[in-house]
Amino acid sequence: MSTTELNWIEAGGLDDLPKPGGRKLRTPQGDIALFRTSADEVYALADKCPHRGGPLSQGMVYGQRVQCCMHGLNLDLASGKAVAPDQGCATSYPVKVEGGRVWIGLSLAAAGCACA
Amino acid sequence: MKEKLVLVGNGMAGARLLEEVLALAPDRYAVTVIGEEPHGNYNRILLSQVLSGEKRFDETLLNDESWYAQHGATLLAGRKAVALNRGRRQVIASDGSIIDYDRLVLATGARSIELPLPGSHLRNVLTFRNIAEVEAMLQVARPGRKAVVIGGGLLGLEAAWGLSHRGMSVTVIHLMDRLMERQLDAPAAALLKRSLEERGLSVLVDTESQALVGQTKVEGVRLRDGRVLPADLVVMAVGIRPNIELAQQSGIQCERGILVNDSMQTFDPRIYAVGECVQHDGHVYGLVAPLFKQAKVCANHLAGAGFARYQDSVLATKLKITGIDLYSAGNVTGGEGYEELVLEDPKRGVYKKLVIRDNKLAGALLYGETENESWYYDLMRDGSDITELRSNLLFGRGHGGDAGHSGHMAVAAMSDDTEVCGCNGVTKGQIVQAIAEKGLFTVEEVRLHTKASASCGSCTGKVEQILGFTLGGDYSAAPKEKPLCTCTDHSHAEVRRAIREQHLTSLAETMSFLEWKTPDGCPKCRPALNFYLIATWPGEAKDDPLARAHNERVHANIQQDGTYSVVPRCWGGLTNATELKVVAGIAERYGVPVKITGGQRLAIPFIKKEDLPKVWGELAEHGMTSGFAYGKAVRSVKSCVGKGLCRFGTQDSLGLGIRMEKTFWGAWTAHKFKMGVSGCPRNCAESTIKDFGAVGVDSGWEIHVGGTCGVRVRPTDLLTKVKTDDEVIEYAAAFLQLYRDEGYYMERSSAWIERAGLPHVKHRIVECDNSRKDLATRFFTAQATAQVDPWVERGTKGDQRMEYEMLEIADMAA
Ligand code: SRM
Ligand SMILES: Cc1cc2nc3c(=O)[nH]c(=O)nc-3n(C[C@H](O)[C@H](O)[C@H](O)COP(=O)(O)OP(=O)(O)OC[C@H]3O[C@@H](n4cnc5c(N)ncnc54)[C@H](O)[C@@H]3O)c2cc1C
Ligand code: SF4
Ligand code: FES
Repeated sequence: MSTTELNWIEAGGLDDLPKPGGRKLRTPQGDIALFRTSADEVYALADKCPHRGGPLSQGMVYGQRVQCCMHGLNLDLASGKAVAPDQGCATSYPVKVEGGRVWIGLSLAAAGCACA
Repeated sequence: MKEKLVLVGNGMAGARLLEEVLALAPDRYAVTVIGEEPHGNYNRILLSQVLSGEKRFDETLLNDESWYAQHGATLLAGRKAVALNRGRRQVIASDGSIIDYDRLVLATGARSIELPLPGSHLRNVLTFRNIAEVEAMLQVARPGRKAVVIGGGLLGLEAAWGLSHRGMSVTVIHLMDRLMERQLDAPAAALLKRSLEERGLSVLVDTESQALVGQTKVEGVRLRDGRVLPADLVVMAVGIRPNIELAQQSGIQCERGILVNDSMQTFDPRIYAVGECVQHDGHVYGLVAPLFKQAKVCANHLAGAGFARYQDSVLATKLKITGIDLYSAGNVTGGEGYEELVLEDPKRGVYKKLVIRDNKLAGALLYGETENESWYYDLMRDGSDITELRSNLLFGRGHGGDAGHSGHMAVAAMSDDTEVCGCNGVTKGQIVQAIAEKGLFTVEEVRLHTKASASCGSCTGKVEQILGFTLGGDYSAAPKEKPLCTCTDHSHAEVRRAIREQHLTSLAETMSFLEWKTPDGCPKCRPALNFYLIATWPGEAKDDPLARAHNERVHANIQQDGTYSVVPRCWGGLTNATELKVVAGIAERYGVPVKITGGQRLAIPFIKKEDLPKVWGELAEHGMTSGFAYGKAVRSVKSCVGKGLCRFGTQDSLGLGIRMEKTFWGAWTAHKFKMGVSGCPRNCAESTIKDFGAVGVDSGWEIHVGGTCGVRVRPTDLLTKVKTDDEVIEYAAAFLQLYRDEGYYMERSSAWIERAGLPHVKHRIVECDNSRKDLATRFFTAQATAQVDPWVERGTKGDQRMEYEMLEIADMAA
């Protein structure tokens, strides 16, 4: 995905995110899960588990991973890919943190998932 | 100088006597043992398994020759005592040696009866008594060859089974019209015959042998009706005859056996006798259990260790044929003045008969289902009055008394004085004590220390179960426990210990102290650590919602479509018009149904996350609080209507149920914790499948623990009986605290009890009053700060708002 088509939108303050934890961001394009790790990295994935669509924003964040609260699938926050041996992938979105604010890069074209 | 003790006969009774004497008075005697068989001493009972190939001979050795040396005893093996000179107090052995004694014990046992049939001198005609004969049989036993066993008693059948296991085709011929006529009645004998035939044996009853035919070796058995059964091997197993010749020749009084008094002395007070060679009070014996008791009494006497008397024993027999469960004890054929209870289930191959006289159990015959044998044996031995048990007696212990237990907990239900090993007279209590005090882990160790299962071995399974239940999970688990998860090498137990001993109060502190391999842990260890922290340091360790599983963090169960269920408390299952109206109002407003749960309360499903605080707030306004239906915590207390409403109620179960729920709500536990209170043993609240259950009885309450009914069903164990409601509360608090102290995260109380062992739990809660009170006090101390309702905080004070509100982007082109 090339950055030129990105539309950077302010999603909120870093402190609006639990640490380590996630939160649902409602957008006209669909729900996005924003995550903050204990090392203060922020990631964004589509809030839809590749397993059966569970809300990833409700999962438990640990290291650079989230575990879906529905049936326990683990996903890598950076890539959106399921941790082996599980399979599947959630669309991931670029994120930047500037001055304590979290920005998320949305493309006007439909976003893709890393393994597609 | 030491007194000289001489033992003639190095068989099972003699060797046991020696062990007992050496244990009681190791330095009192200079011991000499004269034994005809050329070995140390072995377990004769296991010859059946040596014959069938299930055991090697060396596995049957009880004491080898070095044992005698170690204990300072002189063993003269392979020599027979041929004469006694009582005047000079000397034994003369077959090799001419003369041994002086101060005290002499005759333990010469018995020999097999040889039928005086024509041809009985032929080769390969054997009896079944010692290892030499077993070895001779094995010389002949080859697949395809034919064997005839004369005699369908216990020994004959075991010989036949062994030979057929070695591939021989075997025919048993039995004079009487049914097998094992002394231990079985006709229906049981018929079942046994059928099972043996199904295993490939031919069984001819009502059949008499007339002669053995052959040139030098036996070739066949001619029957009274003229038929000849071809045979390469003939085993005679028609009974035993006590070896009394030595005693008789030296003028010691004998009848069928050597006569002894209650302390096992013969008419010559320096000479004792034990074992199968003995006749006591008109009886001679052919099973080890009474002989071992004789040995004990005699050893007591010889050691001067007080007074013991031998009294007639109830005899019990088990057939040692793999796959056939047969137990017979006491009088099983009844007669004048006896009553019989019989259960026959031919389809399952089960037959049980209990013989009763004067409201006491006089005999038990069990075929196909023998679990309750030790219970019946105890009832017989103790002469217990069975009037109360009568209606359930045939179904076994599980069905009388305690509410709703099934037979598989038989070991847990056994009383401490129940005899587990019939051969050696070892009780459950002795085994449990040895396991606990000596730190035993294996059946072999138990055998070594208690002798349980050391003889016929038929109680090995029970010893194993006792080990399992006394040690709990330690028994089967490897000595080192598994790590909690891949983030650490430490086990649950080690982590808990560190938290307690190092006074760790936060996740970060714990992970750093125990050198966690990952920065935050994982979804497996985070919730576990959080629980251990708050359970160990209540009021001090801070609960970390982000370390909790989702439902607990959110205080609601997420459902299929991402909405949530709301399950408020419904104390003891009792609700009222106001509460119903509140719930109805919410259901109406959000357009959702109301579900009546399996836990006796109302659930409001399909509530969106952002609406949860509002719904909770509304409930809180009317005093309704969180039911913790999402938590590893105290859940509902299921109660029946009980006394005052129900005509059978003996106790106010509803009142106690409500009081318990109000007392215990808010407590976090290793896994969900459910309680039940029933007003009488009809048990309508299903208390016997709850983690903690109380069942009302006329005199108070039965307390049941460790039940579960989820993925696995496990009925509770009866913990104890108490009189008052206050006591139930105290026991419940103590039980909860112990479970909280010891249960591993995600381990139901049922699994914890199986791991920790019921005796341990009983000890801490029932037997030791101080321990119970201490546990209860600690529970209530923690409870004082625990009863903070999470819904009220979130619904009315707006706590944790971030959890329930979403971030929102209205305009993409911002
Ligand atoms: C609502 C209810 C079913 C119902 O509609 O009646 C229910 C619903 C759930 N049960 Fe249950 N259980 C309900 C009574 C039971 C019972 C019956 C009882 O309590 O009498 C049992 C068996 C008894 C027992 O626990 O011993 C039961 C055994 C389980 C188990 C298996 C536990 C086990 O140790 O094997 C789970 C899974 C777990 O806990 O890990 C479970 C888990 C669940 C969860 C929480 C699954 C989950 O994580 O989402 C379900 C939540 C659904 C929801 O939408 O809220 N539920 N569950 C019942 C709520 C009772 C209440 O008022 O609190
Ligand atoms: C195959 C088999 C299976 C059995 N199964 C069971 C069972 O399941 N349960 C059960 O309770 N019982 C069982 N029994 C019976 C049990 O083995 C006997 O009751 C027990 O061994 C008797 O012990 P004892 O010491 O009196 O006699 P023994 O064990 O026979 O010992 C007597 C010893 O004295 C020696 N001896 C005799 N005379 C002299 C002498 N003059 N000088 C020196 N030594 C002498 C003999 O050689 C022998 O070694 C079984 C027996 C056999 C053979
Ligand atoms: S049994 Fe329990 S866990 Fe399973 S579907 Fe029903 S409510 Fe859910
Ligand atoms: S929906 Fe996420 S694991 Fe099933």
